Amino acid sequence: MTALLELFGRLVVGWIEEVGRTSLFLADTVRSAARSLPRLRLVFQQMEFVGVRSVSVVVLTGTFTGMVLALQSYYGFRKFGAESLVGTTVALSMARELGPVLTSLMVTARAGSAIAAELGTMRVTEQIDALTVMAVDPIRYLVVPRILAGLLMVPVLCVISDFVGVAGGYFVGVKLLGINSGVYVANTIKYVELMDVFNGLVKAACFGLILTAIGCYKGFYASGGAHGVGRATTEAVVLASVLILISDYFLTAIMY
Amino acid sequence: MGCPIIEFVDVHKSFRNQKVLDGLNLRIPRSKTTVIIGRSGGGKSVTLKHMIGLMRPDLGQILVDGEDIAALDGEDLDRIRRRFGMLFQEGALFDSLTVADNVGFPLVEHTALGREEIRRRVSELLRTVGLPGVEEKMPAELSGGMRKRVGLARALILEPEIVLFDEPTSGLDPIMADAIDRLIRDTQAESGRTYVVISHDIRATFEIAHHIAMLYEGRIIAEGSPDEIRRNPNPILAQFLRGTADGPIQVQ
Ligand SMILES: Nc1ncnc2c1ncn2[C@@H]1O[C@H](COP(=O)(O)OP(=O)(O)OP(=O)(O)O)[C@@H](O)[C@H]1O
Ligand SMILES: [Mg+2]
Repeated sequence: MTALLELFGRLVVGWIEEVGRTSLFLADTVRSAARSLPRLRLVFQQMEFVGVRSVSVVVLTGTFTGMVLALQSYYGFRKFGAESLVGTTVALSMARELGPVLTSLMVTARAGSAIAAELGTMRVTEQIDALTVMAVDPIRYLVVPRILAGLLMVPVLCVISDFVGVAGGYFVGVKLLGINSGVYVANTIKYVELMDVFNGLVKAACFGLILTAIGCYKGFYASGGAHGVGRATTEAVVLASVLILISDYFLTAIMY
Repeated sequence: MGCPIIEFVDVHKSFRNQKVLDGLNLRIPRSKTTVIIGRSGGGKSVTLKHMIGLMRPDLGQILVDGEDIAALDGEDLDRIRRRFGMLFQEGALFDSLTVADNVGFPLVEHTALGREEIRRRVSELLRTVGLPGVEEKMPAELSGGMRKRVGLARALILEPEIVLFDEPTSGLDPIMADAIDRLIRDTQAESGRTYVVISHDIRATFEIAHHIAMLYEGRIIAEGSPDEIRRNPNPILAQFLRGTADGPIQVQ
């Protein structure tokens, strides 16, 4: 039991340490970006990689999440005759919670890991040193574009996820379960405010920052060959996912 | 030797508990080719990385034109680095860029030259290092020796004042190695720039060097002109030049 507690304690302390180091790294990044902005071409390249290429997986997960939400809440609400609120539930859950969280977890798995692997490889094969030697700030060249891309694209993906989630919910609720279409839509519009969507997008931006910053940080300081790159990649995904879920709680507590 | 362009003053460097540089004193003469020789794992690459601020000494100074770069940071260090070009031992090419973009990278970053002019210079230099027509290949599609020569082209493209070569010819066939040695000798003679070369090839060392320094156990145990080095009685140096396993250097 004490051994278990000790292990848990060490894990938590380790995470806090990582978060501290990532923050310092982020401060460096902000300083670099403030000195001179990176080339737009690099930012667009990363926006394409982080954003555009994540669309299909986000659409898929968003749709099915909306669908299962409709199904679950329908079975629940039917017990006390509140089926008309299924649309509201789906839309609120998507906008406030599942849209941002699911999107960022998917992007973490897809792009956060790839960022860590790419930068890690560049580190262990001395490509980052080569940039440094050529007096090209590797933070400005590699890190700033990726973090900007996360900050900008994860909210966009979140909007897509919200939208297809609501559409999926509508399909299940109205077409499969037979809830009245007019009531479904009216209740959705009535109880979901723009603020809900907006707060969800703020969350998404924070998560986008977290997942790209951690991917970059882990890759940037990778060491120890192929094995080290593999470890950096895994650690980036785990740490980013955990941090997204933890910060989700606090962001929610602050915002609502 | 006149005023050295780079000078190491009592430089110490350890990795964890392994001492690599142990009070290294070294002067790199200006406008000459200096070759650093020494055993594999002896700290030659580490020494080179100190010259350009990639590694920092635990103790001691590294003076470039009298300015201690170990104490510099950020923009100040970049100002010094712009005077350097470097060929990494493993090439360190950007594997997401084509050969042409690799070689042209310093031009894109540090000059205002147009696309066409950059292309022209890149192709010309690639021809000089014996790689015509590889512009559009990716680094992964090249052999080790080809990568090395692309790295060489990238190090030279800005015609920097000081060029550091980490084993420019290891992994090349003897004919190509000789061609690269000639390229190093000729470009140096033509431009009068400062070259620092790490080499394991004793014959080539004597052909290209104006100054030779032997690094052993973290210090320079012998240095001088090729003639002085040939006449130097140091038994460790002598064994190294002979290239035999018997002598004061133990092979463990
Ligand atoms: N980043 C590093 N971290 C830890 N140890 C290192 C690092 N770089 C070099 N070393 C150690 O320093 C020593 C010298 O390495 P270095 O690469 O300078 O050797 P070298 O003289 O260039 O050898 P070679 O001729 O084989 O290239 C080695 O024992 C190596 O293990
Ligand atoms: Mg070496």
